[in-house]
Amino acid sequence: MRNDGAFARLVRFVEDGTFQEESFTLSPAEKAALDTDTPENRWLTSVQHSEKPVGARLMSWFADKGFDLFNNLYRIASVFICVTLIGVLLTVVSFLPAFGSADNPAVNEVVERYVSRSIEETGTTNAVAGMISAYRGFDTLGEAHVLFVAACSVIILLRVDPSERKHGRLLNPDLLGEDLDFEPNTDLILRKAAKLLVPLSFIFGLYVILNGTSSPGGGFSGGALMGAGLILSSTAFGFKRTERFFGDEMYHVVKTACLTVYALLMAYFIFMGANGFEDHVWLGVPGGIVSGGLILPINAAVGFEVACTMYCFYALFRKGGL
Amino acid sequence: MELVQNFPFLTIVFSLTCGVFCAVLKARTAKRLCLCWLTLTTVMSLAVLVYTMRTNGYYVYRMGKWNAPWGNEIRVGILEALMASVFSGVMLLSLLGGMHHIFADCEPEKANLYFTMCSLLMSSLFALIYTNDLFTAYVFVEINTIASCALVMLKSSARTLVATTRYLIMSLLGSGLFLLGIVTLYGITGELLMESIAEKVREIFASGAYSLPLTVIIGLFSVGLAVKSALFPFHSWLPDAHGNATASSSAILSGLVLKGYIIVLIKIFYRVFGLDVIVAKQVSQFLFLFGVCAMIFGSVGAIRERDLKRMLAYSSVAQVGYIYVGIGLHSRLGMVAACVQIIAHAITKPMLFIAAGGFIDVSGGHKSMSALTGAGRRDPLGGVAFTVGALSMIGIPFFAGFVTKLHLTQGALESGAATMTVALAAIAVSTLLNALYYVPVIFNIFSGRESGEYKGLRVRWRADYAFSLVCFIALNIGFGSFSRIVVGVIRRGLELFGM
Repeated sequence: MRNDGAFARLVRFVEDGTFQEESFTLSPAEKAALDTDTPENRWLTSVQHSEKPVGARLMSWFADKGFDLFNNLYRIASVFICVTLIGVLLTVVSFLPAFGSADNPAVNEVVERYVSRSIEETGTTNAVAGMISAYRGFDTLGEAHVLFVAACSVIILLRVDPSERKHGRLLNPDLLGEDLDFEPNTDLILRKAAKLLVPLSFIFGLYVILNGTSSPGGGFSGGALMGAGLILSSTAFGFKRTERFFGDEMYHVVKTACLTVYALLMAYFIFMGANGFEDHVWLGVPGGIVSGGLILPINAAVGFEVACTMYCFYALFRKGGL
Repeated sequence: MELVQNFPFLTIVFSLTCGVFCAVLKARTAKRLCLCWLTLTTVMSLAVLVYTMRTNGYYVYRMGKWNAPWGNEIRVGILEALMASVFSGVMLLSLLGGMHHIFADCEPEKANLYFTMCSLLMSSLFALIYTNDLFTAYVFVEINTIASCALVMLKSSARTLVATTRYLIMSLLGSGLFLLGIVTLYGITGELLMESIAEKVREIFASGAYSLPLTVIIGLFSVGLAVKSALFPFHSWLPDAHGNATASSSAILSGLVLKGYIIVLIKIFYRVFGLDVIVAKQVSQFLFLFGVCAMIFGSVGAIRERDLKRMLAYSSVAQVGYIYVGIGLHSRLGMVAACVQIIAHAITKPMLFIAAGGFIDVSGGHKSMSALTGAGRRDPLGGVAFTVGALSMIGIPFFAGFVTKLHLTQGALESGAATMTVALAAIAVSTLLNALYYVPVIFNIFSGRESGEYKGLRVRWRADYAFSLVCFIALNIGFGSFSRIVVGVIRRGLELFGM
């Protein structure tokens, strides 16, 4: 089996004739054969016009137009279903309690404790960080793995075997001329701007991650910033220069390390908490950089994982590999 | 707290980590790691089952320092532990049985990702079984969705890509509806934990407020999870996805993934809304009707199919219908039947798919019925396994499928006259239809009129394939013959489940 991009595979699928839409239209030669005046053709035309009972004419009309009719009905039905669903959901929303009002059922003891006690219990002044990484840390662990499984799926779908890319050229003729065959156009303005912006976005990303426990932000948003920096750098300076510090190897190392550290920290936290042991984690000074106990390393792990995933998506769509 | 009580949490979290490691290992090493871990999870789940049976109760495991409405928690009972043991055992056997197909069908560079996806899928199935929190359920439904699509996609062919696209779109639609349901339910109750929601829903239902939102929420949950578990009108994605994937993927997707969503639906029905609300809102009638339709139309679809794997996929549609009929009877016996069917189908369908994979091997890679003539002679063990599976599906005594039909009939006999008539008729017709497409296949695979091309072909001896099939056969006949033990466990589990 040849290893190439998904698109090329799809194209081959169509070319193999498994999609046989072409075979429903007549070639010019076949059309000409039908136009000549032979007994069979005369019979054929007589089927199409008059002399036949209504049922047969209806059948032939249906065979002719049935597919279009079905398509149109299908479209109308789908629009109808969507509009109905939207209508029903909007009606339901009008019944729901008003957002932010004091008697909204969501304002209950759960939210109250998150807001009032997160500083003493989780050591964070950012109650959201305390909620997603400590109170409901298990959900967030799952969420980080959703990113991981998505990145793996994109790798399965789009990764071109490295053996097909020798010295920057593609060996597979099906892929020649596609986007991944070309290095980015290293534009001067882009390069100058990137020189300024790439370090800034890395530093700002790190800042957001480190301050995730005391100000809005955290792993997901900081990681997105760093990922954007990586994408910008590879667009402006070309793949080779980015690969020098962030290639396939680096991606796997960073990603595995981050997710493993995250899972182990979380497992330790959950195990100790569930069994009622003291977990000996210093919560730090609320409001400072070192605060929130395990939340800081968790934020860092999530941040690097998110950055990796974002860059991985970009690189796979752009050049079929990291 | 005893050590064994930690096992459910360990199986969930370390399945995730196992998946992460598999992504960077070489395919052969990843395979070993994944198989070892699955063996371990099976043993751990069995230990949890024994523990819960001995203490005859369930326990709530706090995921962290804080108690439930603030933190996360999982709930472990007899039924949950039983499902977890069965699922992880079936996952292990399915992987073993189709191992050589995995390495043949996946691109060599990406074969390790197959084991990543399996580990993540296993983790999400564990989480769906044990979860006590709707949002945790949603997070792991997401992992489940993406990983199962990837399992179809890993066999690199254009057909699987098209099938995956359809599967992904339908499955995401289901997730979206499920999420809308959670959001709206949170809007009117302000809770995510199942017990707390149940309390609030009881109050709301008694006061008569929010009648329309409640109906719509139940509808969103039912339709969302029905799309994902391929209940009758939403099953169109299934034959393509399950019919074109590699043997293990088909086995895992048919045997386990569909059931994961159904378990979530059962939890939502019985632990969130409660029987009163469900009966008052008449959802179970709809599920019952669609289940009956699925039993009939799934079988009709299978009869028309000439491609063995697609036929088995249509048969899954029919079998999922049995589960929904069981749920739709909204009685204890119906639920017992649904749980029995979840287990019976989980141990039968993977065996059929893996045997079908063996047949395809000895028939030059063809899947059509005509090419498979005599395949059972060329692959005798596969032939025996397929026969056992087919007889079980038809519902012959001493095989797993019979237990389902027995309990479903009992459940139907206890319900109202109309329901009883429809259910009994559906079971009878469906049994007949099952026989109509399985018996010809059995005759076909053992037929002496093999086409000359493959006549001399003999299956290569593979220890993993043989081990998996022998285990499946033993499980099937064991479950069929000694069903009383398992059904007793299910009954006790359902009692703790709030039934």
